[in-house]
Amino acid sequence: MADSIKDTVRAFIVENFLFGDTSFQLGDDASLIENDIIDSTGVLELVAFVEERFGVTMADAEIVPANLDSLNRIAAFVSARTDKKASLTA
Amino acid sequence: MCGFGGYFGSGLVDAEVKPLLERMASAVAHRGPDERDVAVLAGAGLCHTRLAIVGLTDGQQPMSLDNGRLVIAFNGEIFNYVELRDALRAKGRVLRTSSDTEVLLHLYDEKGPDCLAELNGDFAFAIWDAGRRRMFLARDRMGVRPLFHTTVGDTLFFASEVKALLQVPGVEAEMDPFALDQIFTLWTPIAPRTAFKGIHELEPGHMMLVEEGRQAIRPYWSLCFPDLDARSRHTDERAAAEELRALLTDATRLRLRADVPVGAYLSGGLDSSVISALAAGMTPETLHTFSVAFDSAEHDESAFQEEVATALGTMHATVRCGEGDIATVFPDVIRFTERPILRTAPAPLFKLSALVREKGLKVVLTGEGADEVFAGYDIFKEARVRRFCARQPGSRIRPHLFRKLYPYLPGLNRQSAAYLAAFFGTGTDSSEDPLFSHKPRIRATGAAKLFFSADLRATLAGYDATEELASRLPAEFPRWHPLHQAQYLEGRFLLPGYILSSQGDRMAMAHGIEGRFPFLDHRLVEFAATLPPEMKLKGLVEKHILREAARDLLPETILRRTKQPYRAPDSQSFTGAGEKDYVREAMSVKKLAAGGLFNPASVTKLFAKSRQQPLSGFRDNAAFVGILSSQLWLETFTGSRLRASQAPSSSFGDRNGR
Repeated sequence: MADSIKDTVRAFIVENFLFGDTSFQLGDDASLIENDIIDSTGVLELVAFVEERFGVTMADAEIVPANLDSLNRIAAFVSARTDKKASLTA
Repeated sequence: MCGFGGYFGSGLVDAEVKPLLERMASAVAHRGPDERDVAVLAGAGLCHTRLAIVGLTDGQQPMSLDNGRLVIAFNGEIFNYVELRDALRAKGRVLRTSSDTEVLLHLYDEKGPDCLAELNGDFAFAIWDAGRRRMFLARDRMGVRPLFHTTVGDTLFFASEVKALLQVPGVEAEMDPFALDQIFTLWTPIAPRTAFKGIHELEPGHMMLVEEGRQAIRPYWSLCFPDLDARSRHTDERAAAEELRALLTDATRLRLRADVPVGAYLSGGLDSSVISALAAGMTPETLHTFSVAFDSAEHDESAFQEEVATALGTMHATVRCGEGDIATVFPDVIRFTERPILRTAPAPLFKLSALVREKGLKVVLTGEGADEVFAGYDIFKEARVRRFCARQPGSRIRPHLFRKLYPYLPGLNRQSAAYLAAFFGTGTDSSEDPLFSHKPRIRATGAAKLFFSADLRATLAGYDATEELASRLPAEFPRWHPLHQAQYLEGRFLLPGYILSSQGDRMAMAHGIEGRFPFLDHRLVEFAATLPPEMKLKGLVEKHILREAARDLLPETILRRTKQPYRAPDSQSFTGAGEKDYVREAMSVKKLAAGGLFNPASVTKLFAKSRQQPLSGFRDNAAFVGILSSQLWLETFTGSRLRASQAPSSSFGDRNGR
């Protein structure tokens, strides 16, 4: 589950922020900010993507680097949220 | 103001000399539409195109003293020429003309290269000293006027613009990849490097002495600041504000000296308003002011411009920069900047100088320089907030201050404190780093190198423009206050490399307009450097001391206005309904591959994204404009359609002897 989230997000980042440049090896724990991959408007694009693609909504207080600044953090956030949703609807 | 060129060395056969000098002059004819001449000397030569401003009837150039003992070609103004002339006459010298050019010749004759210390002016010149067989080149302290040079074999060629050097046989235009990397990091090449491989610029505040087979370049002035622990002589703010006012008034008075009317640019901000107010006070009811208005509300300041013009009673004219205008002039803009740029902001100024020309003026005062000298830019406040945040790294409160800095950036204002802190590198940038103040900008800009081609990356492997910049800082730099360090980086590099060139001289001179900059009078620059940092940036209020000094000059709304950075619409200028063919061509896979600088596949995606919706990020906009301007640069200077300089749009009429 987490792997497929990561792959989906990675594909979005490579296409949308790296403009298809695959020469940059984006590590699972690499900081998107420190590696100059996203800026302040990029964050909002990323939030919109996560919400639309995974059917979650992010409150303002959740839009923080701890949830979004690497592939692993995004995957963990989305998994936790979709697991919760799954258990609620089960 | 003018254009000039010349050479020194044995590399030309006699028959070649005059035609080459004429071609060089013709390449910079836009700088001096009024007169043109060449001087063929023994193994050297000078050419000149004149914009007649001082000594209209007797200031022709190249000008010689004692039948060719000394010969000068000079671009710019010596504003204190009246005082210098009086002093020379008092010593018994006989001056034949009313021009500042002759004063400069005599002063060199008296003092040699030491004459530079006496000059208050914006200048670039070459003096041929026949007795010593020596060419003496110099450029003003802040880098207002340009001077480029290149050496072929043992022969030195020099000129006001690179396009004149491209007339020299054997000089070919080729992009310097390191300059491109510097532009995509710092917005400007690090002088003496230029975008043209093998062509250098003489740095601001430098002179060059060329004798048979030997070139020596050295500084005669440099921007410097007091040590952090030095006691400032300015302890009383009111006294400092009065001194500032007196200096600025005198700087403006000297810059109104001309035998033609002098106008002023009016942006609606504090700096140009102060200058216009001072000038209006000295030229009652005759001052012309000029502004750019934008169709997009985000960039437009016309309400403020009109308020100031009305308050000062100036004759005001405005040029509108509407949708499509930037794209229309952009290829011409690059032909004059002669370097790739990351923003479109020069383009409206190109239109503005055309307006001045159309209204019959050829000299304008501007407020440029105040942001460097009195700490007006956001980057100075940003650095202060970043240091404030770094003192308490986990703080959830402190980063909210970043919002106050950029009220005009909605993307930033919606961010959480944690993200604000991350964007501004508060946890990662070392406050000991000499480039600390500029790190976020350097990071955001450098991210655009993502689009560099694999070949270009291979050429640049291991090269770091920020290391080169850091290596160029003076030894005393670490002992300065952080604000002064940041001011130095702006004033020494970005000011001459972008503001005064791509946005300044090159845009004005494209239409034969001379800009004059009272804030860059070296007496004022030296005075401001010694002011305590808190008098300049008081808390987060920029240019505090200037506001104090200008209290009674301007309406309160202008005086209290927070600086709005001068910006123009970037990538969205080039997409949408009126998309130009040249943009499509420049961004095509074929042209990108032929140019070799950028990765065609990535640029294609960027171009597609920009057509779907306006690019909103800093990096994407910088990349778009940087790539497009680089492609236009290649087309203009290395393409098959290499054009000699032509008048851009307006035609130059019979303007002699105005």
